Amino acid sequence: MAHEHKLEIFRGLLKFKSNTQKIWGVLAFLTLVTAVEVFLGIIKPDWGSFLGMKALNWIFIILTIVKAYYITWDFMHMRDETKALRRMVVWTAIFLILYLIFILLQEGGYVFDVYKDGYIKRDF
Amino acid sequence: MSTVVAEGKTWGGGNQPLKASYGKMMMWFFIVSDALTFSGFLAAYGFSRFKFIDSWPIADEVFTHFPFLHGVDAPMYYVAFMTFVLIMSSVTMVLAVDAGHHLNKSKVTLYMFLTIIGGLIFVGSQAWEWNTFIKGDYGAVQTKGGNILQFVDGEGHRVALRDFVVSAAHQDRAQHERKNGLWFVSEGSLPSYTMDEVIHGLQANKDVLVRTQILNEAGEKTVLSREESINQIMKNGKVVVEGANLHVNEYGSPLFADFFFFITGFHGFHVFSGVVINIIIFFNVVLGTYERRKSYEMVEKVGLYWHFVDLVWVFVFTFFYLV
Repeated sequence: MAHEHKLEIFRGLLKFKSNTQKIWGVLAFLTLVTAVEVFLGIIKPDWGSFLGMKALNWIFIILTIVKAYYITWDFMHMRDETKALRRMVVWTAIFLILYLIFILLQEGGYVFDVYKDGYIKRDF
Repeated sequence: MSTVVAEGKTWGGGNQPLKASYGKMMMWFFIVSDALTFSGFLAAYGFSRFKFIDSWPIADEVFTHFPFLHGVDAPMYYVAFMTFVLIMSSVTMVLAVDAGHHLNKSKVTLYMFLTIIGGLIFVGSQAWEWNTFIKGDYGAVQTKGGNILQFVDGEGHRVALRDFVVSAAHQDRAQHERKNGLWFVSEGSLPSYTMDEVIHGLQANKDVLVRTQILNEAGEKTVLSREESINQIMKNGKVVVEGANLHVNEYGSPLFADFFFFITGFHGFHVFSGVVINIIIFFNVVLGTYERRKSYEMVEKVGLYWHFVDLVWVFVFTFFYLV
């Protein structure tokens, strides 16, 4: 059984010689991203807010998705699966998760407003 | 070729439009459903957080401990270490899968072993993290309305109850234990201090102030003035809280502790079951089951599950510790 691996990451910017080498390369990249996250989490720079959330939090979420992408694509070998399998797994999850997050966060914000402006006393 | 033969081939199995074996594909679909379960939990956490967006605990102030470094303020370092351990064990797993493709039994054995060790270190770290969180550090007072009041000094540094509260010789009451009454009725251990002792301690120490859970514009907890502090504790203080459990939480909203226990617990359970499955596969590798089968695909399948556990942790790490 042949196991062919696509060996380039970053859209072909970086091409590894063997699968083992690619694994270590991805590890180095994931470690770097985690280190950046931890560093930002400790110094907490104030970069204002964007779309109702702190800009820093958006950066954390984007870096997390980047990490998730490389874990799925290279460690779980999603890169080597057929397009149909990839889309079945990834799009289903992404669509449902975005929908769920939108509804629940919208509702959470609404409940917050009810507590704040409504007639519910919490400060005692 | 007649159509009958072609149809038999198409519908009678042996046709792989996705070029993945049945087992691997089903593992992927299981992962999708499990990912949705975890998203449900994390989205529910987001819901509760948005509901109390102005009073949610600050993770940096909650997880500040590192094993063997007592009293050192080290926010995030330990959980960063845990994240690295899990990513590292993901790497050894994928190396095991790669060695499996080359039918290299001794390398698969070594890498599977390292993966199991990584998983055990992670589960152990999580147990330590839970223990620290449950025990708590500074202690706080819960008000009648369920809010948490913490104590700080003039510069805004946290002050622990043990630093300014003197325990009187006579306790209010004894802890109700099963042996003293009905055998099926008991209560958790009583806090080290009573409400009266906290009030006396606060009155006696001029530089101790009360900090509420409300976040100000700078994202810091509001500190009350001296008069307000005493007033608030006397008027609204109800219970002394030490540590966190499913009912009370000295760090802030009890929901924070509930979700922490539930989500990291559910994830920890996944890691634990992953370790168990890895051990089973490890022994199959050692016994040569896959060597005889000429295929290490089982290693690949548990590998998928193991990477998924790592993937979930990446999100838990972000939403519990960073955001």
